[in-house]
Amino acid sequence: MIEIKDLHKSYKMGSNSLHVLKGINFKAEAGELVAIMGSSGSGKSTLLNILGMLDEADSGEYTLDGVPIKNLNETKAAKYRNKFLGFIFQSFNLINYKSALENVALPLYYQRIPRKERLAKSMKYLEMVGLKEWSHHLPNELSGGQKQRVAIARAMVGEPKVLLADELTGALDSTTSYEVMDLIQKINDQGNTILVVTHENDIAHMCKRIIHLKDGVIEKDEKVKQVRASQYV
Amino acid sequence: MGFIFDKNTWQEIFGSIGKNKTRTIITVIGVLWGIFIYIALSGSAKGLDNGFEKAFETVAMNSMFVWAQSTSMPYEGFKTGRQLQLKMGDVTVLENRVPEIQSIAPRNAKGVFGDAPALVVNGQKSGNYAIYGDFPVFTKIATKKIYDGGRFINDDDIEQTRKVCVIGERTQNELFEKDEDPIGAYIRVDNIYFQIVGIHKFTPGGGFETDGDIYIPFTTYRKLYNTGDNVGWLTIAAYDDADVVQAEADVKAVLKSIHKVNPDDERAFGSFNLGEVFNRIMGFAKGMTFLSLVVGIATILAGVIGIGNILLISVKERTKELGVRRALGATPSEVKNQIILESVFLTVIAGIMGIILGAATLSLINSFTEGGDFPYANPTVPIPYVLGALAIMVVLGTLIGLIPAQRAVSIKPIDALREE
Repeated sequence: MIEIKDLHKSYKMGSNSLHVLKGINFKAEAGELVAIMGSSGSGKSTLLNILGMLDEADSGEYTLDGVPIKNLNETKAAKYRNKFLGFIFQSFNLINYKSALENVALPLYYQRIPRKERLAKSMKYLEMVGLKEWSHHLPNELSGGQKQRVAIARAMVGEPKVLLADELTGALDSTTSYEVMDLIQKINDQGNTILVVTHENDIAHMCKRIIHLKDGVIEKDEKVKQVRASQYV
Repeated sequence: MGFIFDKNTWQEIFGSIGKNKTRTIITVIGVLWGIFIYIALSGSAKGLDNGFEKAFETVAMNSMFVWAQSTSMPYEGFKTGRQLQLKMGDVTVLENRVPEIQSIAPRNAKGVFGDAPALVVNGQKSGNYAIYGDFPVFTKIATKKIYDGGRFINDDDIEQTRKVCVIGERTQNELFEKDEDPIGAYIRVDNIYFQIVGIHKFTPGGGFETDGDIYIPFTTYRKLYNTGDNVGWLTIAAYDDADVVQAEADVKAVLKSIHKVNPDDERAFGSFNLGEVFNRIMGFAKGMTFLSLVVGIATILAGVIGIGNILLISVKERTKELGVRRALGATPSEVKNQIILESVFLTVIAGIMGIILGAATLSLINSFTEGGDFPYANPTVPIPYVLGALAIMVVLGTLIGLIPAQRAVSIKPIDALREE
């Protein structure tokens, strides 16, 4: 599903440049649930941004579902993001003047799906994350866990190839985190490919595979025995 | 351009402009005020223009009065200070020699320029009124409104030296009972009986005429007051396309040559050029129109810049939201279009409201000034001006919207998302 080869990325900070990714190689198959772990500054967010086409690598190859991702202009990147990727952010990033339902429907708007169809489909995904009754509430009327579940529904609604989650439990307490992870695991059980960036060990161990990043290189890539989040809920 | 007609686009736009209602309203007021000023000012200027035109409608726009004074220069053996007198013969000569003249009406008057007015008697009632000796052609230069059932002096009256007269409204009120029909009745003017053939309606429009004036045939006047060939003054109308200032100079030059006056003598003949005055007033009105146009457009511009400014702030505030939208698949052009459309939409809504408000104000002012002395009538803004203003606003709204739109897409989505 995802294949990257010898990925390099450096940032220019004034006169000196910061080499963040120093040749990353990895492959993720369809249906995997991968955690990318590392301390801050290890390059995990940069990697995720490149995978999410929000940022471009200096060199290296990136293939997503057989499509080589290179030489993207903003418009093309936007279309690919819309078609291939679902984003889940640490700070939820819901649009605060739109109801939960409208937030979920936003990716479909950019796919030019008619409003009725859009809302019906969004409702289905809200139901999946268990927030059907909250569909007309604004984000500030929802709890953190509910917000993240709305964000997950939003990431899922476009039926992307890969879900990218950046510290999705970072702003949540542990109980809520486990609830969210339970949801992620269930989504993964249905065969969706999910990449989770986290620095929390327990969250990482709820995935099926952990990639440890350190100073811009993969330190360790291990398959782990998945801890089901449902047992904590 | 299909996105303009897409319902979804508008739902997005309403969503984002509806989220900060206070700010949206204040923004809208900026442009609304601009277009309101534009409409109110240019409408008022037009009203003033119409008002002047109405005030002058009874008088030919390019008419003038010419009268004789006394010479101030010696010429061909005549000494300085010779009193001049216009004669009937001058009229024919002027008609022949000045091609700009459309019609020329010699007039005589008693009781206007300091001399005693005539005593007019009807039975037990009497009064003093000014008497004018007139030709029918006078009505071509200065319209006289005659009440139904009456008429002005006609050619037969002149030819047969008829003792008929046209009296004013005030004369009628003062000499006749309310239920009495003065048409056909006889009144005594300086001891001669005249039959009334008409009553003229007085229209204020400057000049020395009043609502008590009595008009009699020129020839009858001549007999009554023994004025011979003398003419009090000439009322001259030039053709519409003629240069009135030039016509005035020509008339005076011809008169000087007839009366053997030094061509350089400025004081021999007096004149009052209504056309020139009118042109000046119309020039003023045009200036007002132009000024209102400039002020109005400048105010609109200020309002639109205000919209641009607010949108710029709004874009800054929405950096993160726009970043999220782009992460979710909004292309830069979609983001741009949305912001430009917001700008144009706000501008147009504000514009339409301003036009409505301006029109309401104009009609309010009109209802206050209606019937008053103030020269102000039917203040309107031509539809092309209104449409033009709207078009300008759409263009300006687009242009000004480009700035925040460009700014919105200049930030990379990753930076937009990182911003806390």
